[in-house]
Amino acid sequence: MRIGDAKQTYVADEAIWTTSTQKFWFSILLLGLLIFPLLANSYLLYLGCLVGIAVISTTGLNILTGFTGLISLGQAGFMGVGAYTVAWLSTNTGLPFPITLLLAGLMAAAVGFLVGLPSLRVKGLYLAIATLAASVFLHFIFAEWESVTGGMEGLSLEPAHLFGVTFRSDFAMYFLIVPLAVLAVLAARNLFRTRIGRAFIAIRDRDISAEILGIPLLRYKLMSFALSSFYAGVAGGLFAYFYRVVTPESFPLTMSIFYLAAVIVGGMGNLLGGILGAAFMTLVPEALKLLTAALTPFFPNAPVFMSPMLEIIFGALIVGFLIFEPHGLAEIWRRVRRFFHLWPFRS
Amino acid sequence: MDWLFFGEISLAGLAMGGLYALIALGFVIIYKATRVINFAIGEIMMFAAYLFLAFAGGMEMSPWVAVPLAVLGGALLGGVIEKTMIRPMLGESPIAVVMVTIGIASILVGLVELIWTADPQLLPSFLPRQPVFIGELYLAPKIAYGFLIGMAVLVIYLLYFRFSRGGVALRATASDQAAAYSMGINVRRVFNLAWVFGSLAASVAGILVAATGGLSPQFGIIGLSVLVVVIVGGLDSILGALVAGVFIGWLETVAGAYLGGEYRMPATFAVLAVILVFKPYGLFGTHEIERV
Repeated sequence: MRIGDAKQTYVADEAIWTTSTQKFWFSILLLGLLIFPLLANSYLLYLGCLVGIAVISTTGLNILTGFTGLISLGQAGFMGVGAYTVAWLSTNTGLPFPITLLLAGLMAAAVGFLVGLPSLRVKGLYLAIATLAASVFLHFIFAEWESVTGGMEGLSLEPAHLFGVTFRSDFAMYFLIVPLAVLAVLAARNLFRTRIGRAFIAIRDRDISAEILGIPLLRYKLMSFALSSFYAGVAGGLFAYFYRVVTPESFPLTMSIFYLAAVIVGGMGNLLGGILGAAFMTLVPEALKLLTAALTPFFPNAPVFMSPMLEIIFGALIVGFLIFEPHGLAEIWRRVRRFFHLWPFRS
Repeated sequence: MDWLFFGEISLAGLAMGGLYALIALGFVIIYKATRVINFAIGEIMMFAAYLFLAFAGGMEMSPWVAVPLAVLGGALLGGVIEKTMIRPMLGESPIAVVMVTIGIASILVGLVELIWTADPQLLPSFLPRQPVFIGELYLAPKIAYGFLIGMAVLVIYLLYFRFSRGGVALRATASDQAAAYSMGINVRRVFNLAWVFGSLAASVAGILVAATGGLSPQFGIIGLSVLVVVIVGGLDSILGALVAGVFIGWLETVAGAYLGGEYRMPATFAVLAVILVFKPYGLFGTHEIERV
């Protein structure tokens, strides 16, 4: 049972880690993330990288949808902007990855800013449709602006490099992606301790009230769009370095829905939820693949059913979580924690 | 410029637009009564079309039996979806409900692939085949008759909403839920009815569209075009659905014919973007007034 953490100052109340237990477990987590690549095989490393990229993008979308209440169906498009920026820059200028990733983020943020412009006039689902329109246009540009994006064939690029070190293997990419993911989540966590982050939350809860309280709606909504797209752009840039080929089909509309689903399954407006959701939604298809492989000896046509089953499970997860567990995985996690906090007493 | 070609393309586009109007009508019925944006409407259309394929192709029923059965199947699907998955979401945020319909869309695609495989299919033809000429303009018979059937259903719908008891209940619920409830209208049943009728319209259109263009699990993508239609027309306006449906159908076909297939979506979405900027609630939609 957790006792003795009465807070006496606001600073203590606002701290990210309030108890030594939390600090202890967080260090264990960091240590685990550090040791994981040394023990894991290449498949697990690959999954780790995928989850890392998904965590960055989901956190970005969570800032926009979960914390600011602006629903976006354009996340994949913004990731595409980042990915193409990285691919183009590294092929044509040979800049090292910290600069290309930063520029990818900024480029996506600029596009996100533009897409967010209608957000003062339209909101809710109309805004979602506006972002959908943006993703249609972006996809069109990716496919048709051949001199820059390479058309339907896309672009391929060299591995990320810095000071003569190239990040070629999944092992190396892991050490590029996961620290960035941790950094991204910590940055987001800190964001919501500042005026800007709190303004986002106020806008989500009731935008008119927020405006009356002195929050300039357009500025903060655009800021949220830009920030969220920045995350998406960086995630897209990492995606480009990870697969080393970028095509218009890498960022379909279903990918935007995937990230929205990850935010919802994890728990909207909860950073931990974003992480859990991203990991869960990335790993479910892989688990299904493993299951299929295990079943194939007994049911020879199991692989035929895999892709439709994946669609069904994907949809059922969204529907099921929204109906039965609207606060997502984060709420389940909270319940588990609560059990241990109160143990041995009943909650 | 070849005016004959333009005329023929426009005619085909307008006919397609008529079907869009029918689907959009189904969409608007659901939205007006229940305030749910139904992203799964394309998939409901697809499901009904596959049902028709099973009845007419697999079981070799005559189209006179197979079409009504498939349409009823689609309507039933709408009713079941409302009862089991939309009803529990009553009172939740619109984002959540939209995501539920997206989830339903994904489930339906998976089911269709599971039952009928992912391969594209051709529907057994059931429409007359003699070519149709309007003046000098040639129109493909499938499109022409599809348009006629679609329009007939549309007119029946409009009459139904104008004059029947159920239609009045639906309109009453749409304009003021609490008042309708206190006047003795069973609002829950109206919600269910709206989904059944909306899905019914979509199912008719689904079979007609699939009869001209073929059927595959990606068929639901047409839902995106319909989304453009309803946003341009105004989410809660039946008139808007009709006008915008015809216009968007025409624009899509003309853009596809003159600029190439890859321009179809960007052209309609460009119109959508312009409309969103200048008339955020669509051409004929009700302007929502928000109060704190």
